[in-house]
Amino acid sequence: MLALYSNPKWLSVVRGTVERLTETLGFPIAQCRSITRAVDEALTNIVRHSYGNRLDQPIAMYFRRAQRRHDGQVQQGLEILLCDRGPAVDTSKLQGRPLDEIRPGGLGLHFIRQTMDTVEFTRRGPTNRLRLVKYLAQANSAL
Amino acid sequence: MQISTRRRDKTTIFDLSGDIDFANSPELRQSVLREIQDSRTSRVMVNLSQVRYIDSSGVASLVEGLKASRDVGSRFILFGLSTSAREVLQLSRLIKVFEIYDNEEQALAC
Repeated sequence: MLALYSNPKWLSVVRGTVERLTETLGFPIAQCRSITRAVDEALTNIVRHSYGNRLDQPIAMYFRRAQRRHDGQVQQGLEILLCDRGPAVDTSKLQGRPLDEIRPGGLGLHFIRQTMDTVEFTRRGPTNRLRLVKYLAQANSAL
Repeated sequence: MQISTRRRDKTTIFDLSGDIDFANSPELRQSVLREIQDSRTSRVMVNLSQVRYIDSSGVASLVEGLKASRDVGSRFILFGLSTSAREVLQLSRLIKVFEIYDNEEQALAC
């Protein structure tokens, strides 16, 4: 578990942590980068949209092993849960922008969805919960 | 992130290094836009070879630079894309929107 404040200076620390964790779990190097990017973008969205760029708001991150049955085989993976105490997220607005538009912004959610096998937003009490899961291909499993 | 700026052949070149993320992309945006609006050089080039990481806000800064360059009639060129820079430009489908070269000499020659 990682507990941090919503100051963007912590983004690099989290990236370092996630990159080492995914390497240790046996994800291919390109997937280590993409999972790290997805988590970084998710945290940035919390800082920007949930907390309106306030620097002192709480964020909690939980990491645990995940498992699923896929094509008759058991797949191991990594589940990352990000929790914040901002206003409830309107999930109907979490679409990202069309990629054929050439304009700044709106790319973070695409990066997250392109990478992760599961992207789930839920609200539990006063907490926004973003659950991200990435599964390992069978041959790469080191879990 | 470190940003340094130099001039070569009537071209402004930004050398970027390190991680570009939400903590520092506003600085990149401001530097690029100010240079484009103030110097009015015919070309602005961005060296991404030493960029270890760039997020969507960094990409957004580059898109803003591209648009501002178009507005003043100059070219906005990227060169030396690091692995991270190439990946995010591919993921965002912006790789074909920018003028991109492998290295500085190729970029200056075109």
